[in-house]
Amino acid sequence: MDKSITLPPNEIFRNLENAKRFAIDIGGSLTKLAYYSTVQHKVAKVRSFDHTAKDDPLYEISMQEEILARLHFIKFENAYIETCLDFIKDHLVNTDTKVIKATGGGAHKFKDLIEKKLKLRVDKEDEMTCLIKGCNFVLRNIPHEAFVYVKHADSEFRFQNTHPDIFPYLLINIGSGVSIIKVESEDTFERVGGSSIGGGTFWGLGALLTKTKRFDELLQLASKGQHTSVDMLVKDIYGGSYVSLGLTGDLIASSFGKSATADKEFSKEDMAKSLLHMISNDIGQLACLYARLHNLTRVYFGGFFIRGHPVTMHTITYSINFFTKGEVQALFLRHEGYLGTIGAFLKGAEEDNPNQYSWGENYAGSSGLMSTSPDLNPMQRARSGTFDMLEMDRLERQLVNLPLLQDPSSYIPDTVDLSEDALAREYWLYCFEEALDGVVKRAVASQPDLPEAAERAEKFRHKYLHKLQTLRHQPFAYGSLTVRSLLDTREHCLNEFNFPDPYSKIKQRENDMALKYFQKAVKSLEELSWEQRQFALVRGLLAGNVFDWGAKAVSDVLESDPEFGFEQAKRQLEGMKALGPPHKCALFFVDNSGIDIILGVFPFVRELLCRGTEVVLASNSSPALNDVTNNELQILTERIAAMDPVIQSAVKEDRLTLVQSGSSSPCLDLSRLDKVLAGVVRERHTDLVIIEGMGRAIHTNYYALLSCESLKMAVIKNSWLADRLGGKLFSVVFKYEVKDVKTG
Amino acid sequence: MKKSFPWFGMDIGGTLVKLVYFEPKDITAEEEQEEVENLKSIRRYLTSNTAYGKTGIRDVHLELKNLTMCGRTGNLHFIRFPTQAMHRFIQMGSDKNFSSLHTTLCATGGGAYKFENDFRTMADLELLKLDELDCLIHGLLYVDSVRFNGHPECFYLENPSDTQNSVKTPCSLADPFPMLLVNIGSGVSILAVYSKDDYKRVTGTSLGGGTFLGLCCLLTGCETFEEALDMASRGDSSNVDKLVRDIYGGDYERFSLQGSAVASSFGHMMSKQKRDSISKEDLARAMLVTITNNIGSIARMCAVNEKIERVVFVGNFLRINTVSTKLLAYAMDFWSKGQLKALFLEHEGYFGAVGAFLELLKSSEEP
Repeated sequence: MDKSITLPPNEIFRNLENAKRFAIDIGGSLTKLAYYSTVQHKVAKVRSFDHTAKDDPLYEISMQEEILARLHFIKFENAYIETCLDFIKDHLVNTDTKVIKATGGGAHKFKDLIEKKLKLRVDKEDEMTCLIKGCNFVLRNIPHEAFVYVKHADSEFRFQNTHPDIFPYLLINIGSGVSIIKVESEDTFERVGGSSIGGGTFWGLGALLTKTKRFDELLQLASKGQHTSVDMLVKDIYGGSYVSLGLTGDLIASSFGKSATADKEFSKEDMAKSLLHMISNDIGQLACLYARLHNLTRVYFGGFFIRGHPVTMHTITYSINFFTKGEVQALFLRHEGYLGTIGAFLKGAEEDNPNQYSWGENYAGSSGLMSTSPDLNPMQRARSGTFDMLEMDRLERQLVNLPLLQDPSSYIPDTVDLSEDALAREYWLYCFEEALDGVVKRAVASQPDLPEAAERAEKFRHKYLHKLQTLRHQPFAYGSLTVRSLLDTREHCLNEFNFPDPYSKIKQRENDMALKYFQKAVKSLEELSWEQRQFALVRGLLAGNVFDWGAKAVSDVLESDPEFGFEQAKRQLEGMKALGPPHKCALFFVDNSGIDIILGVFPFVRELLCRGTEVVLASNSSPALNDVTNNELQILTERIAAMDPVIQSAVKEDRLTLVQSGSSSPCLDLSRLDKVLAGVVRERHTDLVIIEGMGRAIHTNYYALLSCESLKMAVIKNSWLADRLGGKLFSVVFKYEVKDVKTG
Repeated sequence: MKKSFPWFGMDIGGTLVKLVYFEPKDITAEEEQEEVENLKSIRRYLTSNTAYGKTGIRDVHLELKNLTMCGRTGNLHFIRFPTQAMHRFIQMGSDKNFSSLHTTLCATGGGAYKFENDFRTMADLELLKLDELDCLIHGLLYVDSVRFNGHPECFYLENPSDTQNSVKTPCSLADPFPMLLVNIGSGVSILAVYSKDDYKRVTGTSLGGGTFLGLCCLLTGCETFEEALDMASRGDSSNVDKLVRDIYGGDYERFSLQGSAVASSFGHMMSKQKRDSISKEDLARAMLVTITNNIGSIARMCAVNEKIERVVFVGNFLRINTVSTKLLAYAMDFWSKGQLKALFLEHEGYFGAVGAFLELLKSSEEP
């Protein structure tokens, strides 16, 4: 084949054919490579027929090729550089790239090799500038990028919400020395201080003391040692604690204070441990002094001393807690190792203006946190030989906060953090594994004309199963594990294998069917008294929401029992409340296609419009499960408008507006929404937000606080979750909330 | 009632015990006759020797002459010995029947607590335990006020930016407050002092004199502070440390870092080849520079955070340690662009003991 014998080509250096804009960051032991590429993949498009005969389907579905921009980042041991460069050379075909941006201490060492192999000119970029650019990029684009490390907790990684404003912050880069950088905006940063006591000191001194050569081995030694035989503690001087100063007896008074003696031998482990404490404490102390001086509370740590090492994350965290008494938290970054190469890449891509776009982590193509950590993955191949990857997709739309979030900085989309709730985690991982057969079947069925679909679907199964297994062992791999992240990972994997919309035909059929009942449903509602109608509308909305192929309990019933219809679903519903006074404008995050949107949502929307409330319908930008997409909703709205003068005039007068949410998830992250949507919400003085469905109103946003009235409603279609929430299967969640006060 | 002799003040640290002894020079003939034999023998033993046992040393050059205290005139002697010898010292107190002298033994430092029980059981002696930071500040202010045999106690380095040619210059600590007091013993304590009795411990670091000596012993096989310092004085740390120019070829201009600045202490020692060829002297020097610069850096940050411009360095780490003195003076001046001033004191590590001694006299004034 080629020289890729040691490299699994389907897994790493993907999409090299169209790669351009290379960047490389060569550190002391690891190389990080970045490139931009375009990925061709299939998308499902819907197109309205020009004229429809009575029996024709509602709209036409077609698969089209679409070009997607993707950033690839790969991390590997320096020993592999030559093999990797050869591989890239052999696979790089149609590129007009002439330059490779380079940063990191090893860049000059490999300059000639890179230039010779790739025939690209090596263009060096300042290390610190790259680091900061990369840091800003991940903080802005990757939710749950930053985390707090808690050694003995159930989940050692506590991920932080991305603050809407990432500035100002302090970055403490612990390489061979320490640099302390204050970052105030995208282009304003300053090296406010530093220290020569850093990773190089640990390594150099450690090697002298223990005759151990490798940094990793030194950390291993340290993790097994007892520092108290080497260090002089407060109790060694005082006999106990120094009470009047509040210094406990176990506090280190003098690092290596006990080793000033000729007649004692010290173990390698103990010396390494003492050294680790000494250096971590010292860095922590300086970090605190700088944080205080510059009045900053967000302090991120990076550099090879930290990178993927629970041992040093723990000692640094401990030190920061000690010196700031908890006022400052030590924050670490999931993609810390990539900052330099991301920054170098961004420097080279400035003409493409990458910071104009929003980017999303592709879970299918990214390895996840600690994928190559020998501590956490003893079963994996030896550390050398493993490749870590990060892939970022350029999103079509720029994403921003919903302006109506009460406190964007404390907003957490997800209701249950599965990384902290082991029981829930087990359940949902099991659930997703169980459902996998069905998903594979549906994927194959969605592409009857493509004979290789079955094979692709198997690849999808393999990939997603592997992700689930990884998440079982490393729930923290992609930030907090949530039902949302499990669903999104599945969507990413489906897209990866060109199953962009497995439900397209089902959605089409159900939309078609439901449309036929629309007029009848509206008519029967109009015959009711006002009060009865309000009840009926809410009931209809909830009943419609029961129809959800995404929920296993429902899809079982739907597949086995064709009699399970609208009326029966209505009967299973329990409890609800009436709607309050008219609003200026309602923003409605819709859920499923078919009955849900057409017979549940539209009559409700119609009523709102009749009450003088403007309505903005927000639907997914791309497919996820059987959720209605913006494209589909446009066609449906046209068709409904043709039958219903109320809807027609509302559309015409712009009182009913369709917007895309910017999302392609069955769940909803209100901190990452289409910028256009945010604009519309602001312009129209939206004063009511309606969120519908399990994914959007229960798995996410159940606890979301908005600055206006909100209505969250869903039918619990999962018996385990129903149990958890203390209800029954098909019981109803109906939360009506006004600002600050919860009711319902 | 006058305090009966002997007058001692003791500071029992992690590594060293510091002892000050007041030798009355105004003993009358009558007094001398009444003086019990063991008191006399203690006086003779201490004043006629400059070394005691294997490890005890009297710093003759620090002796304060003709002090008048509590109506008595005499000389104050400064003696030190390793804390490891503490039990031998207590045993000696027992052998000389010290308890029969009915004096109060004022002691500070952690050892006052740690060895309290040993004093009691081995030598039948009760310690008056005193807070070490109180003692440090009181002792320091006292010695500065009585001056060092007619000369100022305090000094700074003129021309600190040129470490080759910086000149020790005596000065007065006339208006000492506020000051940042950096006490470098085995570990380091940093205090912000606003008046004689108003101070706070700002922070501390475990990287102190004990770290320098401990690591030097492990790296070079030396056994004493003097040996370590002697080696350091002959070494070159740039063979051990990675400098900015080793990484960037020269200055790192983007952040105005000089090429000669240390980027990574012991950074060269990551390479096996360099480890195999390094000298003990170079290692000792690098250790000294690393510890000193780090203390300087923390002290400077504290001074800025506390808004104090006067930084006073004390503690036995600075004894016979001109390398560190110069480095600290340089670091304060350079990194603060001349804003901060480093001050030093001749009696480096003895202020705690002096402070304890002052408490003894104070306790005699009260009923």
